[in-house]
Amino acid sequence: MSLPYSEKVIEYFMHPKNVGEIDDADVVATEGSPACGDMVKLYLKVNPETKVIEDIKFRSYGCASNIATASIITELAKGKTIEEAKKITWKEAAETLGGLPPAKVHCAVLAVDALKTAIENYEHKMGLVKEKKPTDIEVVKKRLRHVINPLTGLDVLKVNFIKDIKIEDGIITVFFNLDSDHQFAENIKSEIKEMLEPLWDVKEVRVIFNDELEEQKK
Amino acid sequence: MSDTQKLMQVYLDNNAATKVDESVVEYMNKYHLEIYAVASSQFSHTPGIHAKEGVDRAHQIIANKIGSKESEIVFTSGFAESNNLTLKGVAQANQDEKRNKIIVSSIEHFSVLHSAQRLSKNGYIVELINVNEEGFIDLEHLQTLLDDKTLLVSVMHANQEVGTIQDIKTISEIVHSKGAIFHTDCTYSFLQTDIDVNDLGADLLTISADLVHGPKGVGALYVREGTKIEKIIDGGYQENNLRGGPENVAGIAGFGRAVEIYKDEHTEKTRQLRDYLYRRIKEEIQDIQLNGSSDFSKRIANNLNISFNRIEGESVVLHLDMRGIAVITGSACFSRSLQASHVLLAMGFTHERAHGSIRFSPSRYNTEEEMEYTVQNLKEVVAKLRELSPIK
Repeated sequence: MSLPYSEKVIEYFMHPKNVGEIDDADVVATEGSPACGDMVKLYLKVNPETKVIEDIKFRSYGCASNIATASIITELAKGKTIEEAKKITWKEAAETLGGLPPAKVHCAVLAVDALKTAIENYEHKMGLVKEKKPTDIEVVKKRLRHVINPLTGLDVLKVNFIKDIKIEDGIITVFFNLDSDHQFAENIKSEIKEMLEPLWDVKEVRVIFNDELEEQKK
Repeated sequence: MSDTQKLMQVYLDNNAATKVDESVVEYMNKYHLEIYAVASSQFSHTPGIHAKEGVDRAHQIIANKIGSKESEIVFTSGFAESNNLTLKGVAQANQDEKRNKIIVSSIEHFSVLHSAQRLSKNGYIVELINVNEEGFIDLEHLQTLLDDKTLLVSVMHANQEVGTIQDIKTISEIVHSKGAIFHTDCTYSFLQTDIDVNDLGADLLTISADLVHGPKGVGALYVREGTKIEKIIDGGYQENNLRGGPENVAGIAGFGRAVEIYKDEHTEKTRQLRDYLYRRIKEEIQDIQLNGSSDFSKRIANNLNISFNRIEGESVVLHLDMRGIAVITGSACFSRSLQASHVLLAMGFTHERAHGSIRFSPSRYNTEEEMEYTVQNLKEVVAKLRELSPIK
């Protein structure tokens, strides 16, 4: 049998760990939405003294790799301090699962982002946050490193999909090095919007493909 | 379930590909092992003439079945080629005409939609016809789009995802009233429902062997005599000069054989299994939505499409696969473009409803026991995934 998933992904898909809710959770975070086809909800219980994540549970709406990566994230984070847990990367999550198909790497990104958001929410709640940083090219690029090309499993910056980025009056325009009829054009476009639209000072995100730029020039 | 236990294997993906009937395989083998010469003219050697007879016989069987002339059947490599030949062949043959608009429905197979998109790059104006929430063509919208610049209109008879059967007769009358050419893709309705080229009013009509328990790699295009169309594959004067290259003799003969042995009772058996499955799913599982025509007389017998609220389809498919049951989903996670089904979205569904959709497509080879096994396993899988879901 040659399913696209590793044995470990299948094992976690079939028997996920830490499923459910924490009634007296310190913080809850949701990443993704049913509309995107992927959604992870995390519940965290953090020790106020040591800042150790003492309990973590999840619920998940999505495909097999979504369920497996959400489950593995809870295992990786449990027992770590929030500072340690912040350093967990999607690569670590994917590797712990014995690898993911390129088209499914974004599931690991989503699970890690859910954990990061949960920790940020916790810090905010406890008054641990610093000032809000205005969105600049660096912030955008950092976020775009979380948008994965489904063909290769590498992020869109690494594969040179981005020609240019402009930020003007809260409007981010991303110029893409692809045509709009590329197999994954619509998918990547919606992922980019999903990644940049939540930024606090961003009003709109525009993604322009090569052929659309040509049209505009005409 | 332990590995040593043998799983029941339930194949429910017959809107994608079907089991080839054993007698068809046997029939084809004759053309692999004995009559393997290239099909050639009557002035050829005897083996070549015998091969040609096999091809001719298939022309006869299919022409009889759809009420056409034998010379109006063009064998191709499958429905995708038939649809490509239709759009590109008609466009190519009518380049000098004033008509430059092509209208197709928004729920067509990609072989129609992507061909149309390609033609739009070559100067053709392409318009998509809206469908309603059950997948029926909006006839008023078609009338708005249709004008005397329209060259070709293509609307599929039955859709492969939701099974909705269109009123092709009415559609073809509307199209012909403006003098445009009308094509209908009958890949998914062929043998599931009666097809007569004159009743339907088709100028071009696609069918395919792989959906009717025939071999893969063979389809046909009906081309009404006098329709202006040119071949898109060069390589000789075969198939009434509309498809170059040596004929796939065994495949074509097998297609003919599959059609010849098909009985209406096969469709009836499939329909009963589908109806049983739907009734039992409704009894056992809450919070579901039927996708496609609610009037089952306007749905092909081998199609059932249901959305299970609050869960995602790929997970359902994988769980069922591990229990020996083969189905598909319209979820983005399942598709090669990571986009939710264009058919379900065109019907105005939310992404969530598309992501939660599962298609069940039985055939005459299934049994009621298999349907019950499917319901029981589906019930467990849906409950398990809903327990896991953050959406309540």
